[in-house]
Amino acid sequence: MSNEYILQIKNLDVQYYTDAGIVFANNKINLELKAGERLGLVGESGSGKSTLALAILGMIKPPGGIAGGEILLDGRDITKLTEEETRQVRGREISMIPQGAMNSLNPVMRVKDQIIDSMIDHELGLGKAEMKEIVRDALEAVELDRNVGDMYPHELSGGMKQRACIAIAIAMKPKVIIADEPTSALDVVTQRQVMQTIRRIQEEMGAAVILIGHDMGLMAQFVDRLAVMYAGQMAEVAGKQQAFRSPMHPYTQMLIESLPKLATKGVFQGIPGITPLLRDLPPGCVFSPRCPQAFGPCRETTPKFLEHRPNQWVACHLYENENESEKARA
Amino acid sequence: MQRITISLRYIRRNVSLAIGLGIMIFLILFAVIGSFIVDIKVDPYPLAGPASVAPTFNYCPRTDPDCAQVEPVAYPFGTDGQGRDLFAVAVVGTWMTIRIGLLAGVIGLTIGTILGFTSAYYGGFYDAFIQWTVDVLLTVPGLLILIIIASTISGLEDGKTLTINQMGLIIALLAWMGPTRTIRSQVLSMRERSYVMMARLNGMSGMEIIFRELIPNLLPYLGAGLVGSVTGAIFASMGLAALGLGPLREPTLGVTIYWVINQNAFLRGLWWWAAVPITIVALIFIMLFLISMGLDEVANPRVRRAR
Amino acid sequence: MSELLLDLKNVTKQFKGGTVALDNISFSIDADNPSIIAVAGESGSGKTTLGMMVLGFLSATTGSVLYRGKDLTKMSGQENTDFRKEVQAVFQDPFAVYNPFYKVDHIMEVPIAKFKMASNKKDARAMMEQALISVGLRPEETLGRFPHQMSGGQRQRMALARALLLRPKLLIADEPVSMVDASLRATILEALDKLNKEFGITVLYITHDLTTAYHVSDYILVLYRGSIMEAGDVESIIRNPQHPYTQLLIGSIPWPDLDRVWGEDIAIIDIEEDTSLESKVGCKFAGRCPQVMDKCKVSPPPLYWPDDNNRVASCYLFEDKEILPGNDVGTLFQSKKVAAAR
Repeated sequence: MSNEYILQIKNLDVQYYTDAGIVFANNKINLELKAGERLGLVGESGSGKSTLALAILGMIKPPGGIAGGEILLDGRDITKLTEEETRQVRGREISMIPQGAMNSLNPVMRVKDQIIDSMIDHELGLGKAEMKEIVRDALEAVELDRNVGDMYPHELSGGMKQRACIAIAIAMKPKVIIADEPTSALDVVTQRQVMQTIRRIQEEMGAAVILIGHDMGLMAQFVDRLAVMYAGQMAEVAGKQQAFRSPMHPYTQMLIESLPKLATKGVFQGIPGITPLLRDLPPGCVFSPRCPQAFGPCRETTPKFLEHRPNQWVACHLYENENESEKARA
Repeated sequence: MQRITISLRYIRRNVSLAIGLGIMIFLILFAVIGSFIVDIKVDPYPLAGPASVAPTFNYCPRTDPDCAQVEPVAYPFGTDGQGRDLFAVAVVGTWMTIRIGLLAGVIGLTIGTILGFTSAYYGGFYDAFIQWTVDVLLTVPGLLILIIIASTISGLEDGKTLTINQMGLIIALLAWMGPTRTIRSQVLSMRERSYVMMARLNGMSGMEIIFRELIPNLLPYLGAGLVGSVTGAIFASMGLAALGLGPLREPTLGVTIYWVINQNAFLRGLWWWAAVPITIVALIFIMLFLISMGLDEVANPRVRRAR
Repeated sequence: MSELLLDLKNVTKQFKGGTVALDNISFSIDADNPSIIAVAGESGSGKTTLGMMVLGFLSATTGSVLYRGKDLTKMSGQENTDFRKEVQAVFQDPFAVYNPFYKVDHIMEVPIAKFKMASNKKDARAMMEQALISVGLRPEETLGRFPHQMSGGQRQRMALARALLLRPKLLIADEPVSMVDASLRATILEALDKLNKEFGITVLYITHDLTTAYHVSDYILVLYRGSIMEAGDVESIIRNPQHPYTQLLIGSIPWPDLDRVWGEDIAIIDIEEDTSLESKVGCKFAGRCPQVMDKCKVSPPPLYWPDDNNRVASCYLFEDKEILPGNDVGTLFQSKKVAAAR
């Protein structure tokens, strides 16, 4: 069954069991990713976005676990795979560009060996020569010189290390690339270069990218669609234009408002209050304590995540009434 | 109050620490309660009772034709070849051995901490000198030095053997080097932390920063360091004693082992003479090991097991 | 002649191993004109070193740092105490500045006691609560807690409350929002702005993020490898950068503005660094500059006025223009008085 969506997350629940109680890291997450699409996943620390990334990669370990829902990669539910099958999928069909490149590269292995290493693990049945070819292609794709493959990580600059990580991630031409704040440790000039490289590669390969971060500026320049998470739940998913120009969820609205823009020098619009702890979520809508537009049902029931406008999904009671009254009129 | 309940709940999860502390409490109770049962000045010493008696609760001297007429004497751990009541030896010796360990361990740790702290914080020539000294002394075989020192002291006056405290002090001589190194490296990393900068901005002086800011954060490492140095000290004291260089007049566990070897206990079939000190020493080491593993979990959250 | 709050005279800092973190930097801040001055640059620019030197944690290899006319290395005991009280800081990591062993009150209680700011516990407590309220925190939600029980934003605001409490004359803010979540940044920047506008505290805002620098500062110093590339009014520099390095920086910023595309308004040419110029004579940016000329490799350019705006750039592209007298960028920071008077 051909599906335009390469990745579909349906009602995903991820929980961690700690002494202090259950931490609801992800609650009823719904997200869809088309092939070749660039999706930005934003959220503050404590929003659950890193947990979501780990869940997609099948890397949630005890005391955490997937408590419900499914993740479909090309129609196949990867939450139900065995350990071995998950390992095969990871790296080959879904790969990750990690945050701190300095810590992700093995300091005692040459760059090319690290790429080959991950290929061997995946039992692709390739000969040595073929693998060398793939390494060359990968390095070329990230605009690194061929001889960089022979170097050790400490011989590379920050930007080059990050490119090496990208090369490892794309060597096997995955369908989905998860980039977890890949440029947070880089300076602004290198950041632009690395992001442009990622963009070029994913367009060439037709791979989909999930860019995780909290730099809205980066999102504005890079992604097609934006998914906003708050306190373990998906608040809003919308196309870039809609997200920035006509956001629906009050949290997204306030977030966009708080961004420093050239036109608004000297005006500071923060979001008052603090994010709730994931093990101590408020009743009803998790954003209600901080929401300036909260009303009755907000503190009682959790709003459903629905497509209230074409291609714009939001979990907010403000729009539920809208739709209901429209349905009533129809 | 809240801190206590949190600590207790934590101990329940930290199995090693729990068992280790459990053994420690058991040994403490054993020594304390035991000291009321036996006469600590008489029983652990030679000729306190009949010699070479196997463990029994009803001792009856063979010469006595009718055991019912005599008060039954209990020697639950038996007696050794020289008439020492081994139960009393266990009670008294445990505490003595631990005392040597504590004395040496605490002195060693204190010296090591002071040196490690000051050399890390002030740096410069002082630091280089201390480092050099430590590095050199660490290469010297410690047991050898201890043997030489111990045999010299005990040979100084005829018939005089070491006292417990002397043993403790001698071992302390070699116990300070390890802590110096570990504390120094901890302080070096802590010195760069922002809260030290903040303390300077608050107007604190160097010594103040060491005492008010750095030492409280070192407590887990100091705790682990104490356990380490006490373990090492007990080990060293056992080694010296077993070679005959311990306080031979005192019934420490190490000296008891010396007598076991010296008096051919096994050849004479007096297995209980060896079993007593060996079991207790094993318990002490297991206790120290578990406590140190438990403390490691406290100080290093990454080691904590996920349920 | 108003007193200079801070005066850096030809300050050079070289570390063991040869790295030159700051190269002949001179600038001053005058006491009459409390403003927010951004010190911006990438890693390796020397901005953090500058902050550390102003705080007295590092000493200059050559040149001198003067606070209110007194050289930092030659202060008497009392002068030192005054300096400590009057120059405070907020750091990047909101968690690391708290000693995890103590409750958060500790960071405020200690200086109150050390600088003898309150005569008894009640007064001290009142001062602390007042400061917390000023930055938008509730004393009952913060005092008495341990650092790990508060969120990053709260911790950073508390650090600002502490700074406010001490009523310093100069506040060094070293990347105060880079480790704070996006939604809380505005609140922290607002607090910094308040410290400056309401309490007259001069703020030295050290950052690599030009967007926040633009938002909160009046003036900016752009550093590259220890030298000043461009300095002056933040409006002129960010909207219309003249120095090639500043142009590259501004062009590379991903603005959260859908109408601005990365690198389109300023032609960005990515130059592979010419490492043969490691000899460090001449302009620091010569190895990467798309408009490099031969004379750039020979000696570093002085600061020129490229146009009528209140800013200078260190680039031979403007060699036919006027040079900044005295090489003291600080004179640019005084013009706010003139602007305010208009």
